[in-house]
Amino acid sequence: MLSEITVLFRRLRTWAMIGALALIPVLIAVVVRVSSDGSGSGRGPAFLNSITQNGLFVSLTALTVAIPLFLPLTIGVVAGDTIAGEANLGTLRYLLVAPAGRIRLLLVKYAGAALFCFVATLTVVVTGGIIGALLFPVGPVTLLSGDTVGIAGYFVRLLLLALYVTVSLLGLSAIGLFISTLTTIPVGAMAATAALAAVAQILGALPQLEWLHPWLFTNYWLGFADLLREPIVWTSFADNALLQAGYIAVFGTLAYGRFSTKDILS
Amino acid sequence: MTIRPPEESALPVRTPRVNMASLAIQTHGLTKVFGKQAVVGGIDLAVPSGTVFGFLGPNGSGKTTTIRMLLGLAAASSGEINLLDGVMPRDARAVLPRVGALVEGPAIYPFLSGRANLQRFDAADRHTSPSTRNARVDAALERVGLGHAATKRAHAYSLGMKQRLGIANALLAPRELLILDEPTNGLDPQGTREVRNLIKSLSDDGTTIFVSSHLLAEVEQMCSMVAVMSAGRLVAQGTLDELRSEGIARVRVTTPDHVEARRVLAGLGLDTETHGRDDVVTAELSVPGLLPETVNAALVRADVRVRGFETSGASLEDRFVALTGEGFDVAG
Repeated sequence: MLSEITVLFRRLRTWAMIGALALIPVLIAVVVRVSSDGSGSGRGPAFLNSITQNGLFVSLTALTVAIPLFLPLTIGVVAGDTIAGEANLGTLRYLLVAPAGRIRLLLVKYAGAALFCFVATLTVVVTGGIIGALLFPVGPVTLLSGDTVGIAGYFVRLLLLALYVTVSLLGLSAIGLFISTLTTIPVGAMAATAALAAVAQILGALPQLEWLHPWLFTNYWLGFADLLREPIVWTSFADNALLQAGYIAVFGTLAYGRFSTKDILS
Repeated sequence: MTIRPPEESALPVRTPRVNMASLAIQTHGLTKVFGKQAVVGGIDLAVPSGTVFGFLGPNGSGKTTTIRMLLGLAAASSGEINLLDGVMPRDARAVLPRVGALVEGPAIYPFLSGRANLQRFDAADRHTSPSTRNARVDAALERVGLGHAATKRAHAYSLGMKQRLGIANALLAPRELLILDEPTNGLDPQGTREVRNLIKSLSDDGTTIFVSSHLLAEVEQMCSMVAVMSAGRLVAQGTLDELRSEGIARVRVTTPDHVEARRVLAGLGLDTETHGRDDVVTAELSVPGLLPETVNAALVRADVRVRGFETSGASLEDRFVALTGEGFDVAG
């Protein structure tokens, strides 16, 4: 497990992705700061205007921007690479004759991908917090329910938020793991995983498919607003966790079924 | 020892009569079918413990597929595998830590150093001790002559260095059995020599070594026993001497009395061949148990004036070609 984490975080690619994620809040903050000298109100996603009043909103805004595209993309790369990447390098056969054990390898690989989800999300939140504090005034934050929390309280909320987003991405990671057991071409598995995330979001945006929406793993991706109320409403967190657990169970089983009997010919 | 020409290969090869317990590898009717094609068609390997066993065959004859099945990487379509004291793949967890392997060339993480690569593979086996890991990794690197390049990133390694790293990976822990697939691939002559010496010293320590190769000369220099694969079949298995002696020797008689000489040879059951020259009679010693000296004595007894008498044993290369077919066609 430790070895898996070391290998993951010794790759230049991993750091490049984390760096790119860190760039999102920086970019947002800088752009808003530069353009906010005038009227102060413009068009843009929710929260964007609040940034000028309180730098702590940078994290929140960056997360909202990163969730639909950048986070799934990086998770697709990591999760799609899990087994296919090893197979492509040929190292999979040496891990298995070591012997690593096929189930153990799958579990460790999945744990590594899950850890990456958390690190990636946390990167967005933390850099957002830092850059926001540097460029904008920082103060007590007004929550969606109208209550006000101090900076410390706000950071606890942000941490919860990062946790929520991490959980949100676990289902996608399980899908990526499964796809990764199907091929020895990591790029294919990465692209397929990221594409699935996009497809799920498109389906989620079609009102005609309302009946399908509760089953999409992307359904609760942006449903973290409840964590910004006082008191915290945990329903969406629980619903999300349950949904993701279902995806993990289904695709974890599929990945196991596929990988445990697969001939390793690469 | 059983040698069969390839065209009769539907018959099973008789396994040498060796005590079960002393076999490091044993297979019964091991078969692998891809689609409709049997890449490995029911082979019965028997590798005695403590030997350096050569697994010989042309490219595409099913050697690597067999090795993958031995190591549990691929499932056999049918047949049984005993590896050390376990049954594969059922006992993989207990058996594989005692087996070092190089399968179809080395595989590396190019972004890691040579040392980090080995540490990674060592950590993949949960039974290895992390406290001795660094020492074992360094010892393995030294043993294959990579000590100086241990911290270099592996993508900068030459083909030969990667091959050495692959061999080092097989030596991370004391092993009872080493399965080395084409271990000298990509090595320069010095490297090949080092690998030979390494195999010899490991064998002297009591390790059973199963080496696959398509190079006859290599197997001849390293191995005491050999199995020959051709088109997915095991066409011969036994000691090198047995394999050599299975070859059909020839006699060549130079004599002015060639008519009489032919008569004598025919009387011994040999088919003589005609050549351009009248004074030369040649024949294959195709009668089992017939020795060249018996032939010569018979010639002398019949008053044939023998000017020259030569015997030539079949070379191992002739045997190999006879067993596996000639030419560049890749089987399969």
